Amino acid sequence: MATKAQSAEGPETTESGGEGVRRRDFLNVAAVSFAGVGTVAALAPLVVQMSPSADVLAMATTEVDISKVQPGQGIKTQWRKQPVFVRNLTPKEIAEADAVSISSLRDPQTLAERTKPGHKNWLITLGVCTHLGCVPLGIGEGENRGPYGGYFCPCHGSMYDTAARIRQGPAPKNLMVPDYKFLSPTTVQIG
Amino acid sequence: MVRVIAFLVGLVFAGVLLISLITGVATYISSPPAPLAAEEFHLKPKHLDLASDGLFGNFKNQAQLQRGFQVYSEVCSACHSLKLVSFRDLKGLGYKDAEIKKIASDWKTQVPSINPETGEASTRKALPSDTFPSPFPNEVAARAANNNALPPDLSLITKAREGGGAYVYSLLTGFQNQPAELLKKFPDAKTPQGLHYNPYFANLNIAMPPPLTTTGQVTYADGTPATVDQMARDVAAFLVWTANPELERRHAAGFSVSIFLLVASILGYLAYQQIWYEAKRAVRVTGPLEPENQAKTRRAKAKQGVAG
Amino acid sequence: MSFKWAKPYEPKHPMMKWLDERLPLPRIVYHATGPGYPVPRNLNYWWNFGAVAGIFLTIQIVTGIVLAMHYYSSADGAFNSVNQLIMRDVNAGWLLRYAHMNGASFFFIAVYIHIFRGLYYGSYKAPRELVWMLGLVIYLLMMATAFMGYVLPWGQMSYWGAQVITGFFSAFPLVGEPIRVWLLGGYAPDQAALTRFFSLHYLLPFVIAAVVILHIWALHIPGSGNPTGVDVKDERDTLPFHPFYTAKDGWFVGAFLLVYAIVTFFAPNYLGHPDNYIPANPLATPAEIVPEWYFWPFYAILRSFTFDFLLPAKLWGVLAMFSSILLLFFLPWLDKSPVRSGNYRPLFQRFFWLLVIDVLLLGWAGGGAPTPFRNAIGQICAAYYFLHFLVILPLVSRFETTLPLPSSISESVLHGEAAEAAPMGQTKKRGGSVAVPAE
Repeated sequence: MATKAQSAEGPETTESGGEGVRRRDFLNVAAVSFAGVGTVAALAPLVVQMSPSADVLAMATTEVDISKVQPGQGIKTQWRKQPVFVRNLTPKEIAEADAVSISSLRDPQTLAERTKPGHKNWLITLGVCTHLGCVPLGIGEGENRGPYGGYFCPCHGSMYDTAARIRQGPAPKNLMVPDYKFLSPTTVQIG
Repeated sequence: MVRVIAFLVGLVFAGVLLISLITGVATYISSPPAPLAAEEFHLKPKHLDLASDGLFGNFKNQAQLQRGFQVYSEVCSACHSLKLVSFRDLKGLGYKDAEIKKIASDWKTQVPSINPETGEASTRKALPSDTFPSPFPNEVAARAANNNALPPDLSLITKAREGGGAYVYSLLTGFQNQPAELLKKFPDAKTPQGLHYNPYFANLNIAMPPPLTTTGQVTYADGTPATVDQMARDVAAFLVWTANPELERRHAAGFSVSIFLLVASILGYLAYQQIWYEAKRAVRVTGPLEPENQAKTRRAKAKQGVAG
Repeated sequence: MSFKWAKPYEPKHPMMKWLDERLPLPRIVYHATGPGYPVPRNLNYWWNFGAVAGIFLTIQIVTGIVLAMHYYSSADGAFNSVNQLIMRDVNAGWLLRYAHMNGASFFFIAVYIHIFRGLYYGSYKAPRELVWMLGLVIYLLMMATAFMGYVLPWGQMSYWGAQVITGFFSAFPLVGEPIRVWLLGGYAPDQAALTRFFSLHYLLPFVIAAVVILHIWALHIPGSGNPTGVDVKDERDTLPFHPFYTAKDGWFVGAFLLVYAIVTFFAPNYLGHPDNYIPANPLATPAEIVPEWYFWPFYAILRSFTFDFLLPAKLWGVLAMFSSILLLFFLPWLDKSPVRSGNYRPLFQRFFWLLVIDVLLLGWAGGGAPTPFRNAIGQICAAYYFLHFLVILPLVSRFETTLPLPSSISESVLHGEAAEAAPMGQTKKRGGSVAVPAE
């Protein structure tokens, strides 16, 4: 806010006037900067209020009871308002997954990397296709599981194998494995 | 024309008001309003000192707040819901996650839910993410169980009553027998059957029976003697917390913002004074702001070696 | 726009030149609030409140938009969305809610002072009649917005306030009740009323902003008034708005915000009513239904009419309440004194202060339970209010002896800083050709 040109006084020519100008400028700059900082700080609550609120964050962990899921079956449940596939793999499905050469995969991962030690038969993934977000088929009884015996996304034809890894189709990544842990042999906590 | 109409309208309004005033005064003189028992015998809340009072209020006395929560859990929650408070909010009272999980799952009322197999209505244990379940499923049930009175939800009670925490404290310790002079003066104002006399309640007669009656009704975990007075204070403090969980953050932000604004205003004021100083001085000293006069003055001053 | 010695807009930066050639927005800002708007040099602090009001309009819009991201406009969910979700769970939700709640009050404080400045200094007089009337339109819109906003949390006062205010319309014969039912979308405030109030509450502040632009535009044609009421004659009478009045407005807004912050952070519920923390119950009326403080004077006028004289008392009350604001539109024609400023109108001054006391008393009368004493005071003050504008002012403006005016603004400034800085009414009366204020 330089006041030299804008005050109604006329041109500044004297030296001593010059020093007064510097002091004046400093005070003006200080006042305006202070106000500016304040305005920016006032923006903080406006931005932060859009972040997930405490109740949404509290729903960030879900406990799932897996006691009723037989080998070869799967259930669809929810976590953070998204579908989660919990599948109990049969030994045949585990063998099929292990038989695939890792280097041939678009998103190389072994079945062991995608499950917990000691619970290799439990495949827990998000039910969200990594292409554009549809819910793939295959978790329910009788649903199309695609040629690789895992999941099949009807939207654009992404095909996942028994370890829910992408084998064919436009999806770039395997179905995401969320953070989870076994609270007991029959209860899993996701998130 | 406008003024003529205005004049008349003004006189009409003033006239009608005058009539209202006169009739009002006449009614007051001829049949003065009967004094009400409530007006005369109602008491303002007693004084209560809480850690949360004042500019520097805080919730550091977690021991008291936890005692208050204990009173709520063991006494009040039988009838009063706390619907806006989640179990996870208890973190603010100093409880750990594991303790909160236990408090939630042990809570005597369960959360309404659906049987995942049959779809029938059922209940489940509460989780930390749930709000405190209501003791009654709906208002009808609540009234049915309480002589047609509805026990209010307590989450905001200290903001919903004049006097706040002090009111709650006074109410809980204010149950007494109806004073003889009230009965003498207002024989019709005898406390009806099923109600209880409490001068801190606006209508003097409250449907709630005294909830805190004996010392030791609750056994405090920290060993504080649980007198009625103590329990009332503690639950009042707890209810101030449930209504204002953000109080400490609010005060802290308040101090920062106020000091910031104070400094900003002072800086602004100094800048304003400086900007105006020249304009004011020019008018005062040299008369009208003609540039020649100003230049003349400046030259004269420069010649004398005086600072401009 | 206003004066020919206004500094012309001459952009130096090539980007500003480019913009100015295509859309003269920077030019408009320069001439509206920048160095290109000459303002009388003698404005006192009563002139700051327009800017303060503008800041609070901004605060309300910003906090309101952000609150609307979390508010639930259902009769079942509204109370909880405000008092549980926003106050407890939304990050900084408590701050936004309290800021918005108290922002409304401080917006009204600024606007009331701004209005009374206008009443004292004759800002409503020619050629600024339209500025005054646009201001009244803004005030009416503010009242509508505030009323609807207060309904949204769906507390006891929200519900019963809506009940009472929409009940006004049923006072009108024949058309009243149909209008009331149409407004509510039902027979009592319910879901239909709530969602439409939410929609309109979101809309009206932008309408207010548009009218504010017109209000400022209309002002900038003749230019700002000043405490002497004497027109600007030449360059010596004015200073450019920037930096002189930006600096003055700037620090003063800071100080006003400080008061606002202290209330918002340390006593956020002081100006409110506890009953609004009770969820709405259509079956139980609160002990006393009162609106927010900024409506108390009008509530007092409404309640003052207790006698059925020709018309039912309720209808008198409603008519008087609406008239009390509508009559202000006619003020430029009721008070036709050629002398604008109360500083030079000693008789007018006395009545002005009586009006101030009257309005404060009306506020007191409207804010509490209608006891006989309060009613009586309310009736006397309401009568005075109408007599003041409709009978007294026209007579005073016709018959008063005014003090001699200074010949120009700079004359009045020249002959003492006291004239420039004097709080309203301290200019002493002296004879002579120039009003010389005591030092």
